[in-house]
Amino acid sequence: MSTQPAGAGTGAAGAGPSGAGLPGAVWQRVRGGNGLLPIVAALVGIWLVLGAVNPAFLAPENLVNLTLQSAPVGVIALGVVLVLLVGQIDLSVGSLSGLAAAVVAVGSVSLGWPVALAILVALACGVVVGLGYGALSTRLGLPSFVFTLAGLLFLAGVQLRVLGPLGSINLPFESWFVRSVQQGFLPAVAAWALVAVIVVTSAVVQLVARARRRRADLACASLPQIAVRTLVLGGVLAAIVAYLYLGTARGIGWSVVLFALLVVVTDVLLRRTRWGRSVRAVGGDRRAAMLAGVPVRRTVVLCFVACSTLAALGGVLAAGRLGAANQGTGGADTYLVAIAAAVIGGTSLFGGRGSAWSAVLGVLVIQSIANGLTLMNVDQAARYMVTGAVLLLAIIIDMLIRKRREA
Amino acid sequence: MSVPVLSLRGVSKRFGGVRALVDVDADVHEHEVLAVVGDNGAGKSTLAGVLAGAHRPDAGQVLLDGRPVVLHSPAAARALGIAAVFQELALVDDLDVVENLFLGHETVRGPLLDEVAMEREAWRLLDQLAASVPTVRDPVRTLSGGQRQVVAVARALLGSPRVVVLDEPTASLGVRQTAEVLNLIVRLRERGHAVVLVSHQAGDLQAVADRILVLRLGRVHDVFDGDASYEDLLAAMTGAVRPGTPNRAVRR
Ligand SMILES: Nc1ncnc2c1ncn2[C@@H]1O[C@H](COP(=O)(O)OP(=O)(O)OP(=O)(O)O)[C@@H](O)[C@H]1O
Ligand SMILES: [Mg+2]
Repeated sequence: MSTQPAGAGTGAAGAGPSGAGLPGAVWQRVRGGNGLLPIVAALVGIWLVLGAVNPAFLAPENLVNLTLQSAPVGVIALGVVLVLLVGQIDLSVGSLSGLAAAVVAVGSVSLGWPVALAILVALACGVVVGLGYGALSTRLGLPSFVFTLAGLLFLAGVQLRVLGPLGSINLPFESWFVRSVQQGFLPAVAAWALVAVIVVTSAVVQLVARARRRRADLACASLPQIAVRTLVLGGVLAAIVAYLYLGTARGIGWSVVLFALLVVVTDVLLRRTRWGRSVRAVGGDRRAAMLAGVPVRRTVVLCFVACSTLAALGGVLAAGRLGAANQGTGGADTYLVAIAAAVIGGTSLFGGRGSAWSAVLGVLVIQSIANGLTLMNVDQAARYMVTGAVLLLAIIIDMLIRKRREA
Repeated sequence: MSVPVLSLRGVSKRFGGVRALVDVDADVHEHEVLAVVGDNGAGKSTLAGVLAGAHRPDAGQVLLDGRPVVLHSPAAARALGIAAVFQELALVDDLDVVENLFLGHETVRGPLLDEVAMEREAWRLLDQLAASVPTVRDPVRTLSGGQRQVVAVARALLGSPRVVVLDEPTASLGVRQTAEVLNLIVRLRERGHAVVLVSHQAGDLQAVADRILVLRLGRVHDVFDGDASYEDLLAAMTGAVRPGTPNRAVRR
């Protein structure tokens, strides 16, 4: 019942034998392949290297930009994590996000709908597509690799048709939606208050869990362990907030807050609810899950729906950030970046293993590389090659973990 | 005799060209252990699967308390009080012991899982089975074959189902754990449960079976009393002797 962000993995926090110290527990997680620590370490390493080469990379304002660049594709990657966890894939998330962006623009500008309605319609498109995918997967048993590839093309076509002959529609700058995505930032006071609330909540949740476990005579985390965890969590959050609000830096944007909120909620759903448990069971061993009485079909359908809806939301955020929707929105490498981010963040392509936090970490790795290389005036070609190499590395690690577990 | 809890009437099941079950009738009552024996490939697991909702029969009926039911899925069977240990155990390797034990039937507090209650219940069940599982928070892939089997048996006992179907539950267990599982089967019978036990171990059958159903090539070849000798059973299973010859056989 802990809400600590990094290192929470998918294992039950505080479930280790009370004898094992904190370092022991951390090491076990790393070895078990559930840990996010290696990716956090890799991310810090990338930041240090990029910062050493070009100090402008680590400037607070640039990191603010980095978070704003990461939020839309991060939301898409979060959905990809869910389909990967049930052992499926969705290649059409990019096209769908582009379609959602087009729907928002056409709905609110050309058709004159209220922006909120246009956004709801865009999200509804995601729900419908997800239901369709779920039916194709669970009723017809088609491989998701194939039908989402078809979906990629089909939805890209629909996107072009929706946009019409103009091919590009600008959103009015004065609309609340564009303003809050582009210029809406959490006030510094609110950010600090949020940090306090999160840290206190986390500590209380851990202490309550500890008390219950003690009463039930089960192994539980020691008070020093809880203290260390809480201090680390508070320290990390305080450092992030302090840095992003340093000097004239704008701080934490609303879209970033939304992304973080979605990740925390998804993480709790995955680790602490029956649905989350069935997701991991279905991805780990579909037949065993079915025999154990898990509603396999419903679980798979829900993951497709969640993924498509998040992809649509990612497209909506992208449209808000750009202040426009055009034929290129959600095109090119969007889906590759989203899927690569999930995998780089430690979610397995083979199902059953992963965490909501891998969307955050993976997207930060990819966007940091892109952002840092752009600052160095390195061209697009080199950026693709570096990102490709990082992805290859992540897949090799995923494969090695899987092999070692099966050995 | 009382109405059987669970019955099969004229059940047939084929897999492609293989006739796994042919016109099978079987009954299991409360306070009774029905053993199912047969050669490899005789259809024992298929029979267990039909009883537990994992296989839908091509023909025939499953009756619960004398009323026909359709078991769409293992979850549906479980909801009707029929739990099973499958031969392949059906554990998810990546999940830990507690997660596997409660998979599909998790205990919740409000919207969230109640890990404390589940973990306590897990220890209680495992202790009852004398399971030597070091921790219940390790993924089951790290357990030995016997430990995995105990976990699967423990899972079938959760929620005290009326009918427990066990497909070779002692196949990879040590002497002590086998004794505990057999003890448990006897206790289940005493408490009024109906137990279907698929087994190869003559010792198991003689210790606990009230009736022994012999399957051969998918057909019910014979039904013996629990005290049938191993030679009789072997003869019926392999067809070394014509059916009906053993004088203790109870023909139906
Ligand atoms: N899912 C399946 N698909 C195809 N054929 C199957 C399937 N399950 C069982 N069979 C076939 O049905 C027949 C009966 O199989 P079953 O598993 O019921 O035998 P069994 O008596 O349990 O054998 P064992 O002692 O080896 O466990 C076999 O010939 C087997 O090949
Ligand atoms: Mg079998």
